[in-house]
Amino acid sequence: MGFVICGLAFISMWHQIQSNRTRSIFLVIGMGILLAAVGFGIGYYFGSGTAGLVIAMLIWAIMSLIGYFQGDSILLASARARKINPEDHPRLFNVVEEMKIASGLEKMPEVYIVDDPAMNAFATGRDPKKASVAVTSGALQNLNRDELQGVVGHEMAHVRNRDVLLMAMAAVLLGTIVMLSWYASRFMIFGGMGRTRRSTGGGAGAIIIIIVAIVLMILAPIFAQLIYFALSRRREYLADASSASYTRYPEGLASALEKIAASTEQLKSANQATAPMYIINPFRKQGMSAQNLTSTHPPIEDRIRILRAMGGASYTDYTKAYQQVLHTSKVFIPPSEAAAVGIVALRHAQPETAGKLDEVERTRETNNALWNAHNFRIVQCPCGTKLRLPPSYKKSEIKCPHCGRINPV
Amino acid sequence: MIALWIIIGIVVILIFVFVGIYNGLVRSRNQVKNAWAQIDVQLKRRHDLIPNLIETVKGYMKYERETLEAIIKARTLATQAASAGPAERGKVEGELSSALNRLLAVAEQYPNLKANETYTNLQEELASTENKISFSRQFYNDAVMGYNNQIQMFPSNVVASMGGFKQGEFFEVTVPEEKEVPKVQLT
Repeated sequence: MGFVICGLAFISMWHQIQSNRTRSIFLVIGMGILLAAVGFGIGYYFGSGTAGLVIAMLIWAIMSLIGYFQGDSILLASARARKINPEDHPRLFNVVEEMKIASGLEKMPEVYIVDDPAMNAFATGRDPKKASVAVTSGALQNLNRDELQGVVGHEMAHVRNRDVLLMAMAAVLLGTIVMLSWYASRFMIFGGMGRTRRSTGGGAGAIIIIIVAIVLMILAPIFAQLIYFALSRRREYLADASSASYTRYPEGLASALEKIAASTEQLKSANQATAPMYIINPFRKQGMSAQNLTSTHPPIEDRIRILRAMGGASYTDYTKAYQQVLHTSKVFIPPSEAAAVGIVALRHAQPETAGKLDEVERTRETNNALWNAHNFRIVQCPCGTKLRLPPSYKKSEIKCPHCGRINPV
Repeated sequence: MIALWIIIGIVVILIFVFVGIYNGLVRSRNQVKNAWAQIDVQLKRRHDLIPNLIETVKGYMKYERETLEAIIKARTLATQAASAGPAERGKVEGELSSALNRLLAVAEQYPNLKANETYTNLQEELASTENKISFSRQFYNDAVMGYNNQIQMFPSNVVASMGGFKQGEFFEVTVPEEKEVPKVQLT
């Protein structure tokens, strides 16, 4: 029996090594080593490598703490996301709750809307108990219920798989590397060669090391970014697979991705560091299909084709479709998870009698939610017009533009 | 002497393995229980929505007495079975689902009703509750399957039979005469 258990332990360890999570951790460790090298390089240039290393680690530790406790609010604020209540947008709230139930998350995440015509969504929060999901108003207007469900399911999977925390921590590492190298390279280039550096030996050897340090300062941020993007790409397929298994309807996500890919709107409030948090890369170029090192997400066409090739809704089905579409034998989903669910049948599209909305109604619904989120007041004019006043409107009465009546506020 | 130590060692390892498996089984059983509670919440929510729905619809559908009465009857049966097991509840909730589907299909013929804001809100709530029931059922059945696998497979089956762990029951909402419910075509 001991043998059996040892054997099992060995097999599961082997699978773990093969699995995605371990590779993600290696990538993060790689970024950590890069940060250490940058810190040491800067320190060496100014006299003490060890001191530089310690300072770099200190900065990183402080930024990690901020990222861990404040990361979600910083991200939500920088994306200009507005928190909404259930009555502001019942459909979105219901869909989020449905996916919360399907994914077995213990706590309902907070729901945010980003006022932006581009279609996108992201999730944030340090653990499954404290998470937020944000959806752009563009997505709410253009996606039907099944599609919205697929998108929210994808985001919920990021929360459930703890990608959100992993990516936030990786973003902090990246930020530290970029910041340190930026300041250090400015110092080294414009601060004068070795002005602040004590003469520690000198000679050809020292000059070579200084040149290496400068090259490192220039290359480190680029490498860190490439690692960061590689990390992000790996998590996307897994989140797609999870979304399909939650909704049992991969076509929903596939058609949402198709709609998003077809739109030409670009998200205004995203930057390079927050890009991997979104469901698709907000900076994608039209017609870009080749998977390259600088993309945060796998090619959207591949993701759609894999979802459409699924014969069932389980992780095993996704893996099969993935191997078939991309012609590889790679397994990226931990077999422990793949085995947890047996045969899973797909379901049909939502019955359309239930809450079918067209685009006009969806737009009205979304605008109402946004107005509520921005604390607009409503004045009902006797002529039937609804006047919406921004919170900055301070006068005590308003003239109806329709009938000319003066209404008290 | 060495043989004795080896035997003691093996016994200690076996105890550890036993405790580990036992705790794993308890964890799975609690997960099943918790998942069932989730279904219960959603089923109750649906029962609570129905009086509102009837109240809203009544004025518009004077000639659909039978459909409305079928729902009220199915709801009464379903609330009475609220503490029954998964199999029994699956049956009565299935009846309720089919009665509701019939009403929603009939409602399509009343444009005034479809324009009523209370009704459209209720429709969204009902559709979402229906989804939540099926998602919590999905999660529950997955949990039951994992738990039952543990109970049946070696070596945890030995611990399960010693600890008196019973297999979980799957929850299926069996909707009778589903084929007769008119399906609206996708446009």
